[in-house]
This record gives sequence, structure tokens and C-alpha cells, in this order.
Amino acid sequence: MGTKDIFAGSVITTKVKEVVAWGRKNSLWPMPYATACCGIEFMGTVSSYFDISRFGAELVRFSPRQADLLIVLGTINYKQAPILKRIYDQMCEPKWVISAGACASSGGFYNNYSVVQGIDEIIPVDVYVPGCPPRPEAILNGILKIQEKIVKEAKGKPDAA
Amino acid sequence: MPPDPVILEKLKEKFPTEIVSTNDSGEMPVAVIKKAEGHSILSFMKEEPALRFDFLIDLTAIDRQKLGGTPRFEVVYHLYSVTLKHRLRLKIQLPEEDLRLASAVDLWKSANWMERECAEMFGILFEGHPNPKKLLLFEGFEGYPLRKDYPIDRRQKIPVPEEKL
Ligand code: SF4
Repeated sequence: MGTKDIFAGSVITTKVKEVVAWGRKNSLWPMPYATACCGIEFMGTVSSYFDISRFGAELVRFSPRQADLLIVLGTINYKQAPILKRIYDQMCEPKWVISAGACASSGGFYNNYSVVQGIDEIIPVDVYVPGCPPRPEAILNGILKIQEKIVKEAKGKPDAA
Repeated sequence: MPPDPVILEKLKEKFPTEIVSTNDSGEMPVAVIKKAEGHSILSFMKEEPALRFDFLIDLTAIDRQKLGGTPRFEVVYHLYSVTLKHRLRLKIQLPEEDLRLASAVDLWKSANWMERECAEMFGILFEGHPNPKKLLLFEGFEGYPLRKDYPIDRRQKIPVPEEKL
């Protein structure tokens, strides 16, 4: 009788890394960095109708030290840039970043003297969500993409997202 | 309320040589004045009992470069009298070669932030301002973005946090 038969149905074999990733992906602690209209969509995303907690990410933190997912929602101007960088630096590893909306991803239609043309000029971004503003479904999809990325990272394919 | 003719008459009476032009915009009288006596005129507007402009509503500037006008800049003051309920628009001409202008913060406190914004956006130097720092832009911003010759797609160096974590 092999080990497979002894433990059948009561034990699964895996790697610690993958168990940890499974836990992480289902309990993301987001920190919203909302500077403009996109932030309103995030309010819809966390509320009962769209219900972000279906994906385990409902525990919104307003301290970067307690969060592992930074969601940037809104226009980031030059004066905000060092503040956003500081917030990102204060988050503990491992951490992920969603850039939600046209403004955060590319400056949006604010092609002018005061707006940073995409937050990836300041901090690394894992997932970009398009839209002006993105619908809550799109933000949720962004979170699912982060979850996929977490799993793939644990399986040793860090660049796949 | 139709513009009160008394305002421009008083101004012409007191500073006959300082006025470049006057007109009536339909909602308030407008006076374009020379730079030299700018501050005395503002002060007169506030102190004169028949005018009593006790409220500076707005202060901004116009870059006339593409309008072909000389001098290049005009600093625009919108004044209101809370007690007498009348308004005035004063424009002080400012040539590009000398962008210094006396601050009006000593007359109206509301000039403080508006002058700071005007200074960073147009490069106008308000002399005697109590706190001549940038208001909306970051320290280190190069150029004056509301001037007509500031390229619309010009980018700045992104500022970094002041101290390390
Ligand atoms: S992307 Fe659109 S909705 Fe979002 S912050 Fe920019 S302007 Fe507002």
C-alpha cells in the first residue's frame, strides 16, 4: 500500500511557498490612495453591491504599514509625487500596486504642467486598470489579476501576470 | 447694480496722470493704470470714504503676449465694497523687463495666497510679501506655467521625499 492510499482524501501535498501565496492572495489588505474621482468608484467597489470582500480584500487600511496592496486612484501631480513615494516605501514587503484609472496610469487627459504622466515614473506598478473612471468590476478584475500574479510568483514565474 | 460713475471720477480726480484708460464692462467699471503709483491707488481705493473698497475679491494676472499688447503683463484686482456694495476692476500694467510690484497684503490679507499663486504662475515679484514661497507648485519648479510661452507638454523633474526613511 503506497502513501497515496493511506492519506487519500485527508492530505494534500504542496509547497510552503504556495500555501503562503494562497493565504496572501485571499487576504489582501488594500490601502486606497485616492486623489480624485476614481476614488469614488473604489467606494462603490468596497460597498455591499459590488462587495470586494468576495475576494478577501475588504479590510481597507489607511496606514501603509498595515497594507500589502496599494491602489492608486486618481490624478497624481508633481507635488503629490514625493508623498506617494513615501507611502509606498512605508509598506512592508511583499507588496503590490494597482494603478486604477487613466490618470494614475498615464496622466489621463491632464497632459499639462502639473500632472505626473503615470505613477510608474515614481513607483513600480503590477496591474494597470483602464477607464475614466474604471467601473467597480474593472477594479475587481484588477484585484483578480494581482491574485493570479501572487500565485504565479510563488510558482516561480515572477514576470507572468 | 449698474456701475457707479463716482468711482472712476474719484480716481481720475486724484490720479489724473496715472490712468491709461477706463471703460465700463457692463458689470463694473474698469481702470487700467500705470505701475508707478499702483500701490498708492490701491491704498486710496481702500481708504477713501466715498469708495471704501474693503474686500479684495480676486487678484490674478494676464499674459498679453499673444494679444500683441505692450506692456506684456497686467495684474488684475477685483475690488468690492461690502459697506457701499460696489465693485471695481483695476489693471496694473507691468512690463516684462521689470516684474516687480508692491504687495497688497498690507491692505487686504486676502492678497497673501493670491499673490503667491500669481508669482509662481507668471513670475511676478510682489515686493514686501510676508511669505514669498510657492503656493501650489513644488519648490524647484522651473518656469512659469501660465505664461503663454510655457510649452504645454514641458515636464518637470519629479521631486523626491525630503528625508530618507
Ligand atoms: S481617470 Fe478619470 S475618473 Fe479617474 S481620476 Fe482621472 S479624470 Fe477622474
